[in-house]
Amino acid sequence: MKTFPIGGIHPSDNKKWSKDKAIESLALPDQVAVPVAQHIGAPATPIVAKGDKVLTGQLIAQATGFVSSNIHSPISGTVTAIDMLPCGQGMQRQMIVIKREGDEWVDTIDRSTELKRECTLTPQEIIAKIKDAGVVGMGGATFPTHVKLSVPDGQKAEILIINGVECEPYLTSDYRTMLERGEELLTGVEILMRALQVDKAVIGVENNKPDAVAHLRDLIKKNNYRGIEVMALKTRYPQGGEKQLIAAVTGRQVPPPPALPISVGAVVCNASTAVAVYEAVQKNKPLIERVVTITGKHLEHTHNLKLRFGTTFQTVVDYAGGLPEGDVKVINGGPMMGRAVVNLAAPIMKGCSGITVISGRDVARHKEQACIKCAKCVAACPMGLEPYLLSKLARKKMWDRAEEHNIVDCIECGCCSYTCPSNLPLLDYIRIGKQTVMGNIRARALKK
Amino acid sequence: MNELLLTVLTLCVLGGLLAVILYFVAQKFKVEEDPRIDEVEKMLPGANCGGCGFAGCRAMAEAMVKNDDITTLYCPVGGADAMHAMASYLGKSAPVKSPQVATMLCGGTCAKRPKINHYDGAKSCAVVNTLYVGETGCAFGCLGYGDCVSSCQFGALSVNPETGLIEVDMDKCTACGACVKACPKGLIELRKKWPKNRAIYVACRSKSRGAAVMKACKAGCIGCGKCEKVCPFGAISVENNLAYIDPEKCKLCRKCVNECPTGAIHIVNMEPLPKEPKAPAAKSPAAEPKGEVKTESTK
Amino acid sequence: MANRFFAAPSPHIHGGESTRRIMGDVVLALLPALAVSTYVLGWSVLMTTAIAVAGCVVFEYLIQRLFLKGGNTICDLSAVVTGMLLAFNLPVGIPWWIVLIGAFVAIGIGKMTFGGIGCNPFNPALTGRIFLLIAYPVEMTDWTSGVPDALSGSTMLADIKAGVYSVSDVDFWQMMGGHMNGSMGEIGSLALILGGLYLLWRKVITWHIPVSILATMAIFAMCMGIKEGGSLLYELPLFHILAGGALLGAIFMATDYSTSPMIPLGMVIYGVGIGLITMIIRLWGAYPEGMSFAIFIMNAATPLINKYCRPRRFGTK
Repeated sequence: MKTFPIGGIHPSDNKKWSKDKAIESLALPDQVAVPVAQHIGAPATPIVAKGDKVLTGQLIAQATGFVSSNIHSPISGTVTAIDMLPCGQGMQRQMIVIKREGDEWVDTIDRSTELKRECTLTPQEIIAKIKDAGVVGMGGATFPTHVKLSVPDGQKAEILIINGVECEPYLTSDYRTMLERGEELLTGVEILMRALQVDKAVIGVENNKPDAVAHLRDLIKKNNYRGIEVMALKTRYPQGGEKQLIAAVTGRQVPPPPALPISVGAVVCNASTAVAVYEAVQKNKPLIERVVTITGKHLEHTHNLKLRFGTTFQTVVDYAGGLPEGDVKVINGGPMMGRAVVNLAAPIMKGCSGITVISGRDVARHKEQACIKCAKCVAACPMGLEPYLLSKLARKKMWDRAEEHNIVDCIECGCCSYTCPSNLPLLDYIRIGKQTVMGNIRARALKK
Repeated sequence: MNELLLTVLTLCVLGGLLAVILYFVAQKFKVEEDPRIDEVEKMLPGANCGGCGFAGCRAMAEAMVKNDDITTLYCPVGGADAMHAMASYLGKSAPVKSPQVATMLCGGTCAKRPKINHYDGAKSCAVVNTLYVGETGCAFGCLGYGDCVSSCQFGALSVNPETGLIEVDMDKCTACGACVKACPKGLIELRKKWPKNRAIYVACRSKSRGAAVMKACKAGCIGCGKCEKVCPFGAISVENNLAYIDPEKCKLCRKCVNECPTGAIHIVNMEPLPKEPKAPAAKSPAAEPKGEVKTESTK
Repeated sequence: MANRFFAAPSPHIHGGESTRRIMGDVVLALLPALAVSTYVLGWSVLMTTAIAVAGCVVFEYLIQRLFLKGGNTICDLSAVVTGMLLAFNLPVGIPWWIVLIGAFVAIGIGKMTFGGIGCNPFNPALTGRIFLLIAYPVEMTDWTSGVPDALSGSTMLADIKAGVYSVSDVDFWQMMGGHMNGSMGEIGSLALILGGLYLLWRKVITWHIPVSILATMAIFAMCMGIKEGGSLLYELPLFHILAGGALLGAIFMATDYSTSPMIPLGMVIYGVGIGLITMIIRLWGAYPEGMSFAIFIMNAATPLINKYCRPRRFGTK
């Protein structure tokens, strides 16, 4: 069975808490605050004003430039404010606050559930539709999908890889999507293949989800989806990393930055993104909701919920029976790469694939000790870096040497910190170093 | 005995030979350098802190000797005296700059600015700052993990565990500016150094609106503008919900201190004005003790 | 709700590894060898080990307490490991005060001078042993006192070097069971291998260092056999692996984290180096055994190896 070539770890996947919970919808929120920056790139520009009436699915903020994304209203009602409000990390972000009145949709949106498989649009039309619908990568990175699909001149996509790996422990939203919305997913893949003009697509799924693999293979055979293959991959974190997945599926390694995956002819999309693409292209439905897993060892209930963006973390946590007593850490995303949330009144956004609640003894980090040079971080690093060294260089602000040692290659997967027997916060410092070095590189490029 | 003599002799001859070779090599590869650079370097404090913008004192000395106009160069550690001495040695005009001191502009102590979550990552302000807002509700305040403390080469900064804030030892501070660069929140400012280490400043950098500031911190500037109105010298300006005292205009009259509803204006090494009923205080001209301060500070 | 909200950068979970667990595993892996030695050589083995361990722990505690800032690290059990390894490298009848001096050199000079755990350039236990070997050569090579009569005498390596008898006379089964002369810990070959397997299973060490050392030694010995006319082609390698401190050194001493290279290629270079130097010392050097010197020399080369053996960057050939 295939997997990526170097490094990696095997954290216990903890999917059992929520993997058998079918996707359910939550009652619509009475008020939502929709951030204008829910993606990587420039924040969108609001095009509504206080007092405006909006419908569900109506464009409320326009993409600013190419690497940016449209934002649509997740509910219908009145815009009550456009203001700076705290996000999940407490930072002030521009948000559009909408008070709900009923649930009236924009009438071009097809809300029927029946599958519409046929697509005769040209690649340009498909990409335009995806751009209009504000679809972004839903695995967590939130890179605008239309940018990814616009292959630069002189390069050619050869293979589309669908990321159904979901290597983050705890999370099950992609898994449930693959199980319950398999047909839509596969149709979405067909559309993506059409947009990229490739005749081969591989859906990578880790073999801790054998039923998803079997289900998708079944559907492909039964309904004759041509050129799509489901590949079971050996469970190993971070298989869902773009470069790792490409290496696992094709055996080709994307060269170091600034090379992009397209340089080896691959385009990677998340499984949930494929469903969103299907809805955007075939149903004219913009990205206003997504499946979010709420999970944790000590939660009363766990769920896979379909949520409109702007629903607060508090609502979801309450629905799961509230936070457990004592020390807790609420994470937007999974425990390996997710971000800790300190403001539960903050809205859920496009990149939120799950809410993981860590509680009790697992919360606090263990005490930091001296590095014993065991090189476990070196062995675990999937990018072939030396985390102990990079961390030390970043800690001492030796940015030039950190750059020499390829700090910008880091994908922030967290394998180094996870595996460190001295509990060193390796990634904490590497992340700072990476940001600083990337800033330095950009500054140098500007000078030239 | 013979062997011993032989050994000693061989070594002596060898040593002499090598010395001669070394002498000629040194002559051949001698680097001609302006001897004034050495002299200027001796006059510099030798801290190699980089506060002047150069890689070290040697680089600064080179720049001072080579540049015709040295008014843009300044060694914050040596201060005006050192600059004057070096300028007169080189026969150039010295830059004029009043002494400065690092000032930490946050007054959100643990008591005034309660912690609402517990940070558990690497103990570094830079790491906290990229992660989230910080342990308190204020997005502008001091994080207290001391990146500035470790950046200071002179031991002038320390974290006070009781308040959770940074304190500046004004006698040790050389205004090199390393801490200004180290603070990710931009809380440290180099301000004019008054005699007797007196200081007055708005200990807040929050640009949030008043209500948001009050919610997060009881010691923050809410941008009410009372200080701006009461200041007789026009030294205070309120912008983005935040008051700022211009140290060049301020005469240390301290009228603003009692006006501030949240106590965000801090004074150091000075007594506050007695709390008087508001109306007469605003009308009467400067009282006697203020006069003293003024004359002293304007000397 | 009485919640305390935590915030930290990702990752939010940890694999559960700790220095203490690793060191505990090493101690555990050393126990079978200790048991064999005690069985063969008597209770004084336990006594010497206890003195060495206690010495190392106490010296580490005192040095930390008196001279260094920061918390103490004796709870991570690394001093216990150093103590055990030091004891394993000593002859059984050695006076207790020499053991204590060894412990002081190992911890005080070999480890704490450089900044404590993780910073030492040389294996601390080896530092202690080599110091003692040079400072107290008589006591350190006294293989007779406190030893059962059947085993007293010089070590096999010394005998063979001196030509007292040849490898063809060796009973390998006896050797494996511990019936040979030598330092306390190095005689139970099978027990040491068992400990090594345990460490491999627990992923405390990887196979690269021990296997490359032993394989180099075996191949070297085999070449010597060929040179001498093809006799003893299998006995010679087996003898060199089982005799002296080869196994103890290859499995437990050379694999010390901070003094060995970080990536597999470096580990193999390091292992081959140790194997070669050991054999050269054994065959042509002044000492009958060369393991500790070989490890010591390669410890010194480790930073250089680490500088040139870097992991392969993802996406490059």
